[in-house]
Amino acid sequence: MAALSVRELSLRFGGVDALSEVSLEIPDRSLFAVIGPNGAGKTSFFNCLTGYYRPTGGAVFFDERDITRLKAADVAALGIRRTFQNVRVFPKLSARENVLAGAHLRASASFFGTLLGTPGHRRGEQALREEADRWLDFVGLADKAAVLAGDLPYGMRKRLEVARALIAHPAVLLLDEPAAGVSSVEREELASVIHRTAAGGVTVVMIEHDVELVMQLAAGVAVLDRGRLLVQGSPEEVRADPRVVEAYLGRRQR
Amino acid sequence: MSSLVKGGGDEEIVVPVVANARSGSALFLGAAGTRLARGAALLGLVVVAGFFPDFAQSNYLTSIALQIEILMCLALGLNFVVGYAGMLDLGFAAFFAIGSYTTGMLSVHAHWPILATLPPAVAIALIGAVFVGVPTLRLRSDYLAVVTLGFGEIIQMVVNNLNQTGGPEGIYGIPPLHLGGWVLTTTGSYYEIFLFLVVLFVAVSSRIRRSRLGRAWLAIREDEDTAQAMGIKVRRYKLYAYMAGSVFGSITGSLYAPAFIAIAPPSFGFTESLLVVMAVSIGGIGSIWGALLGAGVVIAFPEVFRQFAQARLLVFGIALVLIMVLRPQGIWPENGLGLGRLQQRWRSRGVGGVHR
Repeated sequence: MAALSVRELSLRFGGVDALSEVSLEIPDRSLFAVIGPNGAGKTSFFNCLTGYYRPTGGAVFFDERDITRLKAADVAALGIRRTFQNVRVFPKLSARENVLAGAHLRASASFFGTLLGTPGHRRGEQALREEADRWLDFVGLADKAAVLAGDLPYGMRKRLEVARALIAHPAVLLLDEPAAGVSSVEREELASVIHRTAAGGVTVVMIEHDVELVMQLAAGVAVLDRGRLLVQGSPEEVRADPRVVEAYLGRRQR
Repeated sequence: MSSLVKGGGDEEIVVPVVANARSGSALFLGAAGTRLARGAALLGLVVVAGFFPDFAQSNYLTSIALQIEILMCLALGLNFVVGYAGMLDLGFAAFFAIGSYTTGMLSVHAHWPILATLPPAVAIALIGAVFVGVPTLRLRSDYLAVVTLGFGEIIQMVVNNLNQTGGPEGIYGIPPLHLGGWVLTTTGSYYEIFLFLVVLFVAVSSRIRRSRLGRAWLAIREDEDTAQAMGIKVRRYKLYAYMAGSVFGSITGSLYAPAFIAIAPPSFGFTESLLVVMAVSIGGIGSIWGALLGAGVVIAFPEVFRQFAQARLLVFGIALVLIMVLRPQGIWPENGLGLGRLQQRWRSRGVGGVHR
């Protein structure tokens, strides 16, 4: 069974084919990686899956449901969450509030509950705060709950972004280059977070340049090159494929 | 400066009244810590502020304090839009006008009691907010500022030209507010009413700030695209911010009308809108204490600078520029005065040393 089913997805910007007829089945509850050289269309691919770009052709199905034309907020509401390549936490909110913002759709929406501070509303908020702290703990930021996200170092912001996505209890989590630009210590912490997330039953799809990390974590790998799907298979198959070696590994990106 | 700064003789009094009392005690309670102590300190502060007209014994000071309270209420309303949701609104006085004129017309022409005019005033303001907001809130920053500026100007022009609103003369002889058996006629009594309104608005603002609604607004302000990835419907929430602002603005306007007996178009122009924006940004964008403090500064400074006679607005302007240059985040920023944050920064720097 596929969590995400991508069928002949195409995206054109003017005369440039960012994606051309990419078809991909991402199995449910797996850890899947999308790799490829710079400019291969990986982030465009994510943006099409999450409603940030409207593809010019093809379709995306989530649990057999066509989500191709949905807006970003509606895709998120279905349980598909993402992080961004250039970490986008809310800098002037504390780490805890960042995570709480991620729980938007789970928080009490009762306006009068909010205004009057009814016991039910208070309990709900308290429970949510406690859960936010548990997710901070999950990504190793338990002691940073009150720190402004903008004051956290880069690697911690990346993990905060993951916690913010996880509190929504997503079915699918898309990570755009989780390990890019972080130290080797941070990289191990991120690998652990990703591994434990997938082990918890979330379908994780990550774009990653760090081939070692991909080989270490992913069960399936798809290689994009110049907007096309080059190869798809297990990490070993992909690593051994001469086309991949030529397009990607051979050039020693990163 | 403006019609908000009405009354007042030539006494040279140098006291930024309420705002100063507030900020002083609030500073202390940040250290006090516990919720209970905080609540008690706030209550004490409000009680002390409540006796202000009695120990000030000056109609001038009380009237300045009243103007500060009115601007505090407006600033708290605009804070939803500018401070929380991060949209620049240059026509906020429109909602103030809608509240004032609805109350003025219904009480003078239709002889409604003042309190009964509040629901229609709020309803009309909400309709106005939706009417302007729905087609325009998709615009970002500068464009939105221009549209809201236009809305403010249109409302002022409408009240200036309609016969029903009294044209340029406005509406006068607005009856006093009746509360139970009390008839409020003095400046001091309206000072107390607006003190209550400030407290109410602060309570509502802080509850909303800590709720799903407030977090959604701040997420939008910080990063609109990312907010969508949280499932936040950006356009709808921007409209909510605009509507919340219109509610505060119109209620303030409705009670302003009986407090000042007469209302006229110049009180609701661009200058007023700008004063409110100034109060919010000088105080600290998104900060409740900042909005209160900013309102105090914006009203009190021109009074304090009376000794400069003709040049007082110039001095006021220079003072504002200086504040924004020296403290661009505002006097009392949303994340506190900065001491605790500096410490935090220091600590996380220590940890973050290994990262690039």
